[in-house]
Amino acid sequence: MRLSYPSNIKIIRIPCTGKVDILHILRSFEKGADGVYVVGCMEGDCHFNSGNFRARKRVEQARKILETVGIGGDRVWMYNLSSSEGPRFAEIAVEMDKKIRDLGPNPMKLAKKKAA
Amino acid sequence: MIIADKKPIEEIIESIKDYSRILILGCNECVTVCEAGGKKEVGILASALRMYFLNKGKEVKIDENTLERQCDHEYLDELVDQVDNYDAIVSLACGVGVQFAAEKYRATPILPGVDTCFLGATEKRGLWTERCQACGQCILASTGGICPVSRCAKRILNGPCGGSSKGKCEINKDMDCAWQLIIDRLKALDKLDTYEELSPLKDWSTDRAGGPRKIMREDLLL
Repeated sequence: MRLSYPSNIKIIRIPCTGKVDILHILRSFEKGADGVYVVGCMEGDCHFNSGNFRARKRVEQARKILETVGIGGDRVWMYNLSSSEGPRFAEIAVEMDKKIRDLGPNPMKLAKKKAA
Repeated sequence: MIIADKKPIEEIIESIKDYSRILILGCNECVTVCEAGGKKEVGILASALRMYFLNKGKEVKIDENTLERQCDHEYLDELVDQVDNYDAIVSLACGVGVQFAAEKYRATPILPGVDTCFLGATEKRGLWTERCQACGQCILASTGGICPVSRCAKRILNGPCGGSSKGKCEINKDMDCAWQLIIDRLKALDKLDTYEELSPLKDWSTDRAGGPRKIMREDLLL
């Protein structure tokens, strides 16, 4: 298909979105990520039954925590699509890139620069 | 086990805002199982607090540690060499752990990071319910293994009361009437005759009515 999507998106492969922990999401912000999105299988299609539902719950919790600490909950999103949806994957990447650009950089980065 | 619930991050932030070197101290026992104060929760809280303070432009050192238990001397002793490095410790253990740590390290404020709730069981992941109030004199043998002290809102010993309706308690439609459960269970065990026997007055001095309790076992004391 040779679809293109924004090059600033770094893909971290995991065996199932059920592997994603709140801590993984929080640490990525601590390390300076501007946004994180989790792309899981369609709801009801998880090979492990509930992996993507677990991921969604964790994404919601991470959003709440990030909102509380002033980073912004809207920097974390969850999407569901099947592995054959390449064009949708590229679409989501563009959508996510725009969302995060609208929000601006992770405030942690500015704070770290100030502190240095 | 002891069931605890996470405190809101805002409340923890408020309690530590005047300190600049903080240790988040987890416990590997009950609070780990009920996902309120184990190693993972320590990591999440520490990460959130680091981001909060950095974002506020305040330099705060936040470290993480999780002990096997906080209610035993030998595990708390592991902190002896580190405790002076901190202005305050946020303990994610139950109230027992928080107090025991505070008794041991008198010069360091030990702040609670969880709300200790009750003695209960894990019905399923994310759902814990109360089963015991540690009244100090177990009557489960005569109540079909269902405790009216912890599960009846009135703690009555010869129930049910008039508020029991269709197996539910009058204080909450979702709450089972403990005495209905007891009767059903005794019926299933073919021991309904036990139900006919009146419970004698309970000695509540072994409960909280007698003040803080202690158990001293001469056979174990050295």
